[in-house]
Amino acid sequence: MSKWSLVTKGFVKDNPTFVLVLGMCPTLATTTSAINGLEMGLATLFVLVLSNMAISALAPLVPDKVHIPVYIVVIATFVTVLQLLMQAYMPAAYATLGLFIPLIVVNCIVLGRAEAFANKNTVIDSALDGLGVGLGFTLSLTVIGLVREILGSGSAFGFKFIPGDGILAFVMAPGAFLVLGYLMVLFNKYLKK
Amino acid sequence: MATQSTLKNMLLCLTLVCLVCAAILGGAYAMTYKPIQQANENILKASIGAVLPEGGTISDQKTASFGGRNYTYYEQLSGDAVQAYAVKSSTTGFGGTLELMVGVLPDGTVNSTRVLSHSETPGLGAKCQTDTKFIDQFKGLGPDKLVKLRADGGDVDAITASTITSRAYTLAVSNAVEVVKSLKKEN
Repeated sequence: MSKWSLVTKGFVKDNPTFVLVLGMCPTLATTTSAINGLEMGLATLFVLVLSNMAISALAPLVPDKVHIPVYIVVIATFVTVLQLLMQAYMPAAYATLGLFIPLIVVNCIVLGRAEAFANKNTVIDSALDGLGVGLGFTLSLTVIGLVREILGSGSAFGFKFIPGDGILAFVMAPGAFLVLGYLMVLFNKYLKK
Repeated sequence: MATQSTLKNMLLCLTLVCLVCAAILGGAYAMTYKPIQQANENILKASIGAVLPEGGTISDQKTASFGGRNYTYYEQLSGDAVQAYAVKSSTTGFGGTLELMVGVLPDGTVNSTRVLSHSETPGLGAKCQTDTKFIDQFKGLGPDKLVKLRADGGDVDAITASTITSRAYTLAVSNAVEVVKSLKKEN
């Protein structure tokens, strides 16, 4: 597999949201607008790349029976570092996403990539894999957020272009399930052949 | 490939990994401690500035108790005279605590209000943060006009379909006004 396809397979073939259907909690909860989705995706990307690299470096040294606790400790460390950094340098993003940042620890995409890829591949390949899957996740979250924002608030990335209130349900939880479901159908019908 | 899962190996590995992670976290905490303080202070200052008239200097945080609860407030001083107060006031909204910063003039007139934190429904109650039609109504209320919803006999129009949020918001503002009035009585 070429290095480039390691990155691009996360976009369509192994798209974490629409194909692997992983990390549904942040997907449903944070995609109330395109910006929120984008920021959550990037936060996960950051953790994914670093934890993949650290875990692929550590993997040969870790005894089998304790590998899950070790991975979780490593992931939790990066998530907490990210949380502190966001609090310090991006207070606005932290105000909207703060609650969901600690939840990245238990995002199954992160542990999933550690188990399925990082612990049997090189550090560089693992970083590229994290980058690809993270970008795929970011892309999916942004698209879901964009659709929900257009339908629910009549705006895109914060710019209002449809006057009035929009269809409220799309901003709330039921809309998250609806949009995710329909996008998953469309994605699998047209893109994943 | 992996090291053998003997007790010694497992203990050693977990201990080492935890130690290194703890060191990284400690470092990150120490590094971001000051910037986080600074960022929180900036947010607070911005919200105080937004609800008070221009000019004057802001005092340190003070506490007043009113109706069995403690309120944090800041004085805006020009010279020795208090020009206005910024009171942090919280009530229970539809989804949880609704926290406001309320700017009040010494005679009990509301200058301006701003939401500090809320957990209201997106698209409904959450509009209390952005709906200028709703927020601007509070300006000038206080000394003679009651800070109450129209449904409760006052002059404030609630946000459509968000009566509970609007009522909580109104109550928070009215509490802040009462806090300032009680401060004046003490002095």
